[in-house]
Amino acid sequence: MRPRTTPRVGPLVARPDGAPRLDVDALLGDRSVRIVVCCGSGGVGKTTTSAALALRAAEQGRRVVVLTIDPARRLAQSMGIGRLDNVPRPVAGVATEGGPGSLDAMMLDMKRTFDEVVESQASPEKAAQILGNPFYAVLSSSFAGTQEYMAMEKLGQLHADAVASGRWDLIVVDTPPSRSALDFLDSPERLSSFLDGRLIRLLLTPARGPAKLMTAGLSLFTGALTKILGAQMLRDVQTFVAALDTLFGGFRQRAQRTYRLLQADGTAFLVVATPEPDALREAAYFVERLNQESMPLAGLVVNRASAAPAGGLSAEQALAAAERLEAGDAPTAAGAGTDTDTGTDTGGLTAALLRLHADRLRMVAREARLQRRFAAAHPDVPAAVVPALSVDVHDLAGLRRIGALLARSG
Amino acid sequence: MSPAAPTPPPDRDGVRLHVVTGKGGTGKTTVAAALALALASRGGTVLLCEVEGRQGIAQLFDVPPLPYEERRIAAGPSDGGDLYALAVDTESALLEYLSMYYRLGRAGKALDRFGIIDFATTIAPGVRDVLLTGKVYEVVQRNRRTKNARHYDAVVLDAPPTGRISQFLNVNSELAGLAKVGPIRNQADTVTTLLRSGRTRVHLVTVLEDMPVQETADGIEELRAGRLPVGGVVVNLARRAELDEDERDRAVSGRLDAGSLRADLERVGLPAGDALLGGLLEEAREHAERRDLEDRQRERIDALDVPVFELTRLADGVDLGGLYELAAELCRQGMA
Repeated sequence: MRPRTTPRVGPLVARPDGAPRLDVDALLGDRSVRIVVCCGSGGVGKTTTSAALALRAAEQGRRVVVLTIDPARRLAQSMGIGRLDNVPRPVAGVATEGGPGSLDAMMLDMKRTFDEVVESQASPEKAAQILGNPFYAVLSSSFAGTQEYMAMEKLGQLHADAVASGRWDLIVVDTPPSRSALDFLDSPERLSSFLDGRLIRLLLTPARGPAKLMTAGLSLFTGALTKILGAQMLRDVQTFVAALDTLFGGFRQRAQRTYRLLQADGTAFLVVATPEPDALREAAYFVERLNQESMPLAGLVVNRASAAPAGGLSAEQALAAAERLEAGDAPTAAGAGTDTDTGTDTGGLTAALLRLHADRLRMVAREARLQRRFAAAHPDVPAAVVPALSVDVHDLAGLRRIGALLARSG
Repeated sequence: MSPAAPTPPPDRDGVRLHVVTGKGGTGKTTVAAALALALASRGGTVLLCEVEGRQGIAQLFDVPPLPYEERRIAAGPSDGGDLYALAVDTESALLEYLSMYYRLGRAGKALDRFGIIDFATTIAPGVRDVLLTGKVYEVVQRNRRTKNARHYDAVVLDAPPTGRISQFLNVNSELAGLAKVGPIRNQADTVTTLLRSGRTRVHLVTVLEDMPVQETADGIEELRAGRLPVGGVVVNLARRAELDEDERDRAVSGRLDAGSLRADLERVGLPAGDALLGGLLEEAREHAERRDLEDRQRERIDALDVPVFELTRLADGVDLGGLYELAAELCRQGMA
């Protein structure tokens, strides 16, 4: 076993563009890594990357559970998690070759997770009171940040379960497509500090304390709240908050525990992006933020990169040749056995292929430029680059292929 | 308007608010910006709004981060229209709302001490969305007689992604059961009236992949259920059709004629070695496979029964020049 160093998956092979290579198999094979968190902006392929990593780890002998947030329907079906039941299920068809590996998968049901937290923290009557409050229904299903919070909550539960039962030795987590990089790290803290905070104390005061506590500041405060929300809504909030009151400490504790879990040595963050300016900018935010919070970053995964074509032809050469072919002013290759008719027939097709080639080269150049910029700003972040596939990934075979590309890329 | 210009779709007249949504990564901000430029090219004054605090507009137009203030960021391509931009953030919208309706200017700021700004802007369900759409409503409602405020011929909103769009726009039902009466509820009702009217269109941006197309279909269904007027679907980042169907068939099954390809390359003086030849044939196969998948997604989109517009992927990425190109394309296709 390798001695532990920082960064965990170090620069093993320097890439020509300067960024160290992310060794995915070393990461998955490192038994001290118990949690892999995939984060990044929406639409970059986090879910596919998480599932592919989980499958690869399982087929290499780890006992894995993968928590997905919002998988494509067909992918979810192929992993046997078409239904939302908030419980990990074994995935059929994993090629463990008689080894110790296994793969379970689940899809996050955020409302159910929230319900379970409430139920585990409160007495049955109190829980029923909370779950029945109209305010709770909205908070648990659509409060901005609830999904992020619940994903982290579920991670905490899975971790506790893994430690207690020994059922899993690796948890791979997909994260919600947050509006901004900060949501995912901040929401547990934000929700718990809200529930714990001064505002709540103020809201609770009229319901509890004597009228003399109504200072000028407070009446200004409740007056303004009434103006914005209306008296009836304010009353609903107060009832709700009073019911939740007993749970505050618990919420805060859980959030802090999850936060510490994310900072722990057994955790590895992978930032996922595509070679697009927006996605890489978000990735840069994540990288900086994770550093600030002392959260262990393993590397960057760049999905859907254009593969460099073979042939050694430049984009300009290809375009110039395409134009000449289309204009029909190319000299006939005398003695080459090409008669003019055939030449004219295929000329259009050849020109089209040359234009495709030029397009591809320009995209490759642009993506390389974007990645170089990222690497220049974050030279210590190892990267894995996964080429774009010409077909969609929606089954285990596709995930296996992505896993192989992840592992050999760089 | 010159007689040569394409006839605008009949339902476009009277549309003041264009809401642009789409799954993450489909280029919704780019399309919103291109649409705003396209509308401005008709000679009007257009406002492009963002509400998610991402500063996507500033990055796209390469200008400093936008404040909570309408800033002119570009000229329309031809007829000298003007494009303004505004980044709406919840906190400023709340303070403005309080000062407009309650003259709570200074006191409003004092509320910060109690965490009430935080409460109203992040925690209180739906209130955040009412404040954001409320600001957009205020801008759209202005007319030429509105004092001390610019009148816009059209407003383009770079909205939250498809997964959240109904919730974001359908602020009314979100608050049902919570705020049955009261000022926030009244505000929500007024905004909803605009959003459901003929003056609004919600456009959905997608790419030709399974999941974004599925989300688009689901999104349209939800919008219709919420009685929100669906505009068009904008297919973004499409590949150009370089090969016809027969050529694609042959490319996928490896039946393209390598011999005449080699002859053509030699004819224009290119080194037609095996590497180049093999590379071109492989690229053709990948292109054809992708195109075939895309065509299947196109069929699904056509079945949605909404106007479809299509923007080609720019190989060099989208810069300001590219935006004008995309805007011209939207004009040509009759979206603006």
